[in-house]
Amino acid sequence: MALHFKFAAIAATAALMGTSALAQGFPDRQITMIVPFAAGGPTDTVGRLIAEKMSADLGQQIIVENVGGAGGTLGAGQVAEAEADGYTILLHHIGMATSATLYRNLAYKPLDAFEYVGLVTEVPMTLVARQDFEPTDMAGLLTYLKDNAETTTMANAGIGSASHLCGMLFMQAVEAPIVTVPYKGTGPAMTELLGGQIDLMCDQTTNTAEQIKGGTIKAYATTAPARLDIFPDLQTVAEAGLPTMEVGIWHGLYAPKGTPAEATDRLSASLQKALADPDIAAKFGELGTQPVAADQGTPAALKAKLEGEITRWQPIIETAGVYAD
Amino acid sequence: MDLFSNLALGFATAASPENLLFCLIGVILGTLIGVLPGIGATATIAMLLPITFQLEPVSSLIMLAGIYYGAQYGGSTTAILINMPGESSSAVTAIDGYQLARQGKAGTALAVAALGSFFAGTVATVLVAVFAPPLTVIALKFGAAEYFALMLLGLVSAIALAHGSILKALAMVVLGLLLGVVGTDIYTGTPRFTFGITAFADGLSFVALAVGLFGIAEILRNLEGEQDRTILGAKLGSLFPSKADLKAMVAPMLRGTALGSAFGILPGGGAVLASFASYTMEKRLSDHPEEFGKGAIAGVAGPESANNAGAQTSFIPLLTLGIPANPVMALMVGAMIIQGIVPGPNVATDQPALFWGIIASMWIGNLMLIVLNLPLIGVWVKLLKVPYHLLFPIIMAFCSIGVYSVNSNVYDLYAVAGFGLLGYILLKLRCEPAPLLLGFVLGPLLEENLRRAMILGRGDPTVFLTRPISATLLALTVIVLVVVLMPSVGKKRAEVFTESD
Repeated sequence: MALHFKFAAIAATAALMGTSALAQGFPDRQITMIVPFAAGGPTDTVGRLIAEKMSADLGQQIIVENVGGAGGTLGAGQVAEAEADGYTILLHHIGMATSATLYRNLAYKPLDAFEYVGLVTEVPMTLVARQDFEPTDMAGLLTYLKDNAETTTMANAGIGSASHLCGMLFMQAVEAPIVTVPYKGTGPAMTELLGGQIDLMCDQTTNTAEQIKGGTIKAYATTAPARLDIFPDLQTVAEAGLPTMEVGIWHGLYAPKGTPAEATDRLSASLQKALADPDIAAKFGELGTQPVAADQGTPAALKAKLEGEITRWQPIIETAGVYAD
Repeated sequence: MDLFSNLALGFATAASPENLLFCLIGVILGTLIGVLPGIGATATIAMLLPITFQLEPVSSLIMLAGIYYGAQYGGSTTAILINMPGESSSAVTAIDGYQLARQGKAGTALAVAALGSFFAGTVATVLVAVFAPPLTVIALKFGAAEYFALMLLGLVSAIALAHGSILKALAMVVLGLLLGVVGTDIYTGTPRFTFGITAFADGLSFVALAVGLFGIAEILRNLEGEQDRTILGAKLGSLFPSKADLKAMVAPMLRGTALGSAFGILPGGGAVLASFASYTMEKRLSDHPEEFGKGAIAGVAGPESANNAGAQTSFIPLLTLGIPANPVMALMVGAMIIQGIVPGPNVATDQPALFWGIIASMWIGNLMLIVLNLPLIGVWVKLLKVPYHLLFPIIMAFCSIGVYSVNSNVYDLYAVAGFGLLGYILLKLRCEPAPLLLGFVLGPLLEENLRRAMILGRGDPTVFLTRPISATLLALTVIVLVVVLMPSVGKKRAEVFTESD
């Protein structure tokens, strides 16, 4: 009993010291940003670019730590259990919303386990095909699929990946039983597309833009709501008559539930500053994306986005009947 | 000649004082982390990524590439000295390299590894410079059916890796295949043998498995009787290879380089096969196959050349297609993107200085490595004189740090402990871990490509025979099987077994 009391006292003192330290000015030491995917991937790149800019503004280094595995749920789970002091934050993408349905035994609840910092970017996707695939444009593809859906193959980078999500949307939009072929990651899938081993893929412009420019694959449409600056001639899925296929791989910044508002507000302010930086816009531009408008880099915007997306994806995933657990 | 002007541009870029410095920093760092057991190039490059933001794109990529092939050199050092391979490629080096070290010929083994690597690196760099585009075309012809046939060939050849009973070697391959099954099935999302532990959803960690099975098991065995180790420290023998040793390494080195270069260009995990394939080939061609597993020079020279050649040519898919062939290459892609260069098919034309600079720096880096490593051999060998009761806790500490740093996952550490124990039991049963490791690496690739080929072929198994590359590889597999099962060879194997006991 005495021991318990002593422990509680120490904990309380520590908590008090924590708060006073915060009041004096968060942050006073380095911050760890968990990216729940492998280093070098598109999400990691977004995380590192934004971490570098935010570090400059916060006056403390943000260290990116990659905790990959299980579709990002391992890293997210780690942050959910981390100390809620603002020194551990999470950069996650659309998978935060889809994992709520894809994983039926998730150790944390995406809507309950986190505080929100803000949205970062929304990466558009492109529907692409091998160079010598018969249809020349989106209209041609839709006609072609009417007769040949069962012999048409579509790659994705594994269950829950961006390309898998887009593939599900595409198949539900065109109501065609295309053959889905999963790969372990985008690299192998793209290699097979380049080699002409597979017909279609829908992936983030981060991965497809350079190949489209190089003429090694061809693009039919973008899933963005408006045409892309880098490919002004590429029509949108809405123009092609498939408005339900609109999708972007949005990235958000989170902190563990219970993180003091001083910390999340400070992080959010820093994020908004970074999003307005022309250098970030230029670097994101190379990836075929752009930072969200500064008013989206807020806790409220991210919360609304996550809630909306969980609701949107639940029926889509349940219809497809694919689960990742 | 376009090639010469390109190479001149490359060398002019790579030989600037600044880039030379970063190349040197890269190879030194790479060698150091390669020597620390368990800490691999992937973890190091990931940690160093933020530093590269401040550098010129060429300098940062030259440094990262230096770390990568530096680690390949350094990795063989631990494999030879303490039987601790940090990557699948050096697992093969450990088989004969460590035996040489136990015989007091650690210096010879290290020198053979370094010379073999240098030669292979030089040849492979030329290949990358001259043939990158046409080689890419060949690599792209490899679809699921071809990979399946290639992996099957690799697995069947794995039996030759063992120098004991065929039955035990088969059992080890099968155990490796089973361990490789752990994780989420990519086609259905069903978790297999994960016991509900999410941390195992992506499978068991290769580094944890290799460090446990080889390194920890060896430590346990050494702790049984320390006098064994003292003898090892006492007679170090000559540091450099004798004339006979050098002569014995030439042919394996040439063959290893050819094999490694060929496998390295395949983006779908072909590179892991290179050193295993080279070992198998050398053992088959050798006049003294009974020496393999007991300290054969060819068993070090061939695989080491193969893995270094493969490491260099695995840059080809990255440079010509913008597609990473392995996790280290994926990090290089990340580094390029952060620098504002998005890798793709146009890098060679858009950024000639970068493209050719990296290629030229590969050769410069290899040269630095050999200059750096030959004198260091004396230092590494002296490590063996450190009393074992001081050495082994240090090794274990570094292993743990290294394994943890790959994924920041404690379950990987439990796996090291578990596999260490398993490795010790296997040692006691005279079962060898190398075939197990090959089964573990190739099994998932084999399954993945088999199922993918079947999906793409609409369930028609003849796809494996109607595609020429796949059919050729399958034919080779049958030939290997016949050779292994032929009575005369069987007798030879039996003799080998008797002698080794």
